[in-house]
Amino acid sequence: MISFEPTEDQQLVRDTVASFASNQIRPIARDADESGQIPDSVVQQAWELGLIQSAIPEEHGGYGGDRSAVTSALVCEELGYGDLSIAMHVLAPRLVTYPVLELGSDELRKEVLPDYCGEKFVPGTAAVMEPSMGFDLNDLQATATRSNGSYKLSGAKCYVPLGSEARHAVVYAREGDGTAAFVVKTDSPGFEVAEREKIMGLKGLATYEVMLNDCTVPASARLDGDLKPIFNRSRIALASLAVGVARAAFEYARDYAKDRKAFGVPIAQKQAIAFMLAEMAIEIDSTRLLTWEAAWKLDRGEDATREACLAKNYAAEMVLKVTDNAVQVLGGHGYIRDHMVELWLRNGRGFAMFEGLALA
Amino acid sequence: MIDFELSEDMRGMRDMINQVADQTMRPISRQFDEEEHTDPTEWQQMMWDVSKGASIFGGGPEKSDKKSSKEKKSLGTSKPSERNVGATVTIEELSWGDAGLYLSIPNAGLGGAAVMAAGTPDQKKRFMARFGEGDPKWAAMAITEPGFGSDSAAVATTAVRDGDQWVLNGTKIFCTSGQRALDKSEGFVVVWATVDKAAGRAGIKAFVVEHDTPGVTVTKVEDKLGIRCSDTAAIVLEDARIPLDNVLGDPEVLTASKKGFKGAMATFDATRPAVAASAIGIGRAAVDFVRDELVKAGVEIRYETPVMKQTAIERDFMDMEANLQAARLLTWRAAWMMDRGMQNNLEASMCKSKAGLAVTEVTQKAVEILGPLGYSRKLLLEKWMRDAKINDIFEGTQQINLMIVARRILDYSSSELN
Repeated sequence: MISFEPTEDQQLVRDTVASFASNQIRPIARDADESGQIPDSVVQQAWELGLIQSAIPEEHGGYGGDRSAVTSALVCEELGYGDLSIAMHVLAPRLVTYPVLELGSDELRKEVLPDYCGEKFVPGTAAVMEPSMGFDLNDLQATATRSNGSYKLSGAKCYVPLGSEARHAVVYAREGDGTAAFVVKTDSPGFEVAEREKIMGLKGLATYEVMLNDCTVPASARLDGDLKPIFNRSRIALASLAVGVARAAFEYARDYAKDRKAFGVPIAQKQAIAFMLAEMAIEIDSTRLLTWEAAWKLDRGEDATREACLAKNYAAEMVLKVTDNAVQVLGGHGYIRDHMVELWLRNGRGFAMFEGLALA
Repeated sequence: MIDFELSEDMRGMRDMINQVADQTMRPISRQFDEEEHTDPTEWQQMMWDVSKGASIFGGGPEKSDKKSSKEKKSLGTSKPSERNVGATVTIEELSWGDAGLYLSIPNAGLGGAAVMAAGTPDQKKRFMARFGEGDPKWAAMAITEPGFGSDSAAVATTAVRDGDQWVLNGTKIFCTSGQRALDKSEGFVVVWATVDKAAGRAGIKAFVVEHDTPGVTVTKVEDKLGIRCSDTAAIVLEDARIPLDNVLGDPEVLTASKKGFKGAMATFDATRPAVAASAIGIGRAAVDFVRDELVKAGVEIRYETPVMKQTAIERDFMDMEANLQAARLLTWRAAWMMDRGMQNNLEASMCKSKAGLAVTEVTQKAVEILGPLGYSRKLLLEKWMRDAKINDIFEGTQQINLMIVARRILDYSSSELN
C-alpha cells in the first residue's frame, strides 16, 4: 500500500545524520574545499555514527543492522546536504564492504570485513571510472585476464577516492564480454597510485588516478555474482547525494532571497525569483521520490536497473539546474567564494559523469 | 514504511478500469473528438449504470462523509483510507483511455467536490442524493468570468438577498460540464458570486444553482483545441432566484468572514491531484505508444548507457519516462496526504504544476518522435497532445500553481507574493 513515510527507525537514523551534517559537516565544508583536506576528527566522528559498521553482520564484527537501500537513500541525502566531498570520504569504506558483503565468498568476507569494524576509520575505495570519453560501466577498458589460478588486472583508472590511503580497492575490469569486480589489497604489486587529481569540484575529497600494471590477484579475490544490484545501489546513492546537494543550494538561495532587497522589497517577492525557487523545490521532490522508488524496488530484490538509471540521470540534470539557479538567485554574490553556492554548482556538475563513486 | 506498491484491492480496480478504458473508450475516442458537441450517450449511460453515480473524485454521497471517516479512525481497526490514492489511480486509467470521454462521465464532478468541501450535512444530502439514482446527471462549478481567470477574488457576479431568496446576476465562462449539468440532466452548477464587492474575498460565496432555475441560460459551448467531448459552457445569470439555503456552508458564511471562500478554495487541494492524475493518464498513453513503436522499429532504450553515449531518442525517451513517473509520484504523495488527513496545499500545487508541464512536453515530444505518423489523425497521438495541454491550464494554470508553491516554501501570504 502506497506510503511516503519512513519507518520510525529510518527517521531516527535520518535525524541523527541530519544533525551531524548540519552541525559537524557544513561548518567545515568551505574549508575542506579550499584546503583540500578533511579533518580527521570529523571523519572519526562520522565513523562513530556506525554508518559503515552497522550493515556488517555481527559474526564479522559489525552491528548486523539494516541494509535497506531506502535507509541508505535517506542517509546519503543528509550527508550530501552537509557536503559532498566529506560525504564521499566518510562513505568510502562502503565501496569495499558493501560489494564484499553482497558478493564475496565466505573466505573473503572473513578476511576483509573485520578490518572495517574497528574503532578507527579505515579507508576503503573502488576503482571504477576510467579517463576516457567513452567510459561505460558495461564496456570497460581495463581488463582482467585469468592465468594459473589468478587474475592479472591492467589498465588506467581515475577518480579513485582515498586511493593512496585505502586498505582495499574493489577494482572493476572487463572480463570477456562483461564486467567483473576484484577485491585488491592496495599494496599489491602493480597497483600504482599516481598523483592526486585536480578536479573542478569535490576538492575536499582526495581522488587519484590508479595504474593497473599487470596487478596480480588470487582467483578468490573475484566477486562472484551479478554486479547489477551493486551498480544500481551506487546510482541510488549518487542520486540521493545529488538531492542533498540540491537541497542545500535551494535552502541557501531561498533564505538569501527573503533577506536580500531590491526596489524596496525582498527579491523573493518578485515572481522571477519566486518561480525559480518553486521549480527548484518541485524538482528536488521529484528526484527524491524517483530515487526512493528505485531504492524500494532494489530492497524487494527486483531488478531496479531502469528505475535506478532514470533516477540517477534525472538527479544529475536536476542538481546542475538547481545549483546553477541558486548561483543565479544570488547574482554577483553567488559567484563569490564567500557564499557556498558556487561550491555546490561545482560539485553538482560532477554527477553526470560519476559512476560507482559512492555506495551506501 | 515507504512503499510504492498499490494495495491488492487497488491493483484489481486499476486492472478492471484499464479494461473499461481499453475496450469502451479507445474505440470511440477519435469519433467524439471529430464530432465535437455530440454526447456519447450510450457510453455515458453505461458508465452511469456501472458507477451508480459514485463520485470519481471529490467525494460521492457516502464514501467521503467526514463523520464516518472520523469514526473509522477512532476505531483504529480498519485499514487506513486509500480513497484519494484510489481516485488518482482511477482517473489515470480513464484518462489513459480518453481524457475527453473521462470528463464527460455523468458525475458529481467539481460541483459535487465543492458541496462536499464546503456544504453542511443537510446540503450534502440534499444536493448529492440524486447521484445515486435515476438518469445520468452532472454537477459543475462556475468560477471563471470573461473579466477574470486565475484571480478568483475578482468575482463580478453578484448575489443579492431578497427575502428568503438570493438573486444572482452575472456571466460565467469555461464551466466544465455546464451544459450537461443545466440543460442535459437534472444537475446543478456551483456558482461563485460576491455578496459584498467591498469585502473582497470575504464577500465571495458559493451558491448551488439548480438545472431548472429561471434566468439561467447556457449561451455558448466552446470549440476547443482538445478534450472536445467535454462541454465547456458559458452561462448567463439574469435575476436568477435561488433559495436562501443554497449558499454553501453554515449560516455563519453569511457574515463577512473568509470562511466560504476558503472552503471553496480548499476544493482545489483535492481536485488538483485529480487533474494531475488525468494528465498522467494521457502522458502514459503517449509513452506506452512510443515504446511499442520503438520496439517495432528495433530501437532499444539502453538505460545503463552513460549520458555521453546516449542517442537523442534514448535521451528523449528516458526524459519522458522519468518526468511522467516523477509527476505520478508527486501526485500519489498529495493524494496519500489527503487520505491521512494531512494539509496538502503545497503538495497538491506541486503535483499539478509538474504534471501539467511534464505531460504537455511528453506528448509534444511523442508527436515529434513518431514524425509524419505522429502528426497524422490516423493515430491518436496528435489528439493526446491536444488533450494534454488543458492540464497545464485548468484547475489553476502551471504558473498559478507555481505561485502557490512559492508562497508556501517562502511562507508568504497572497498579499506578499502575487
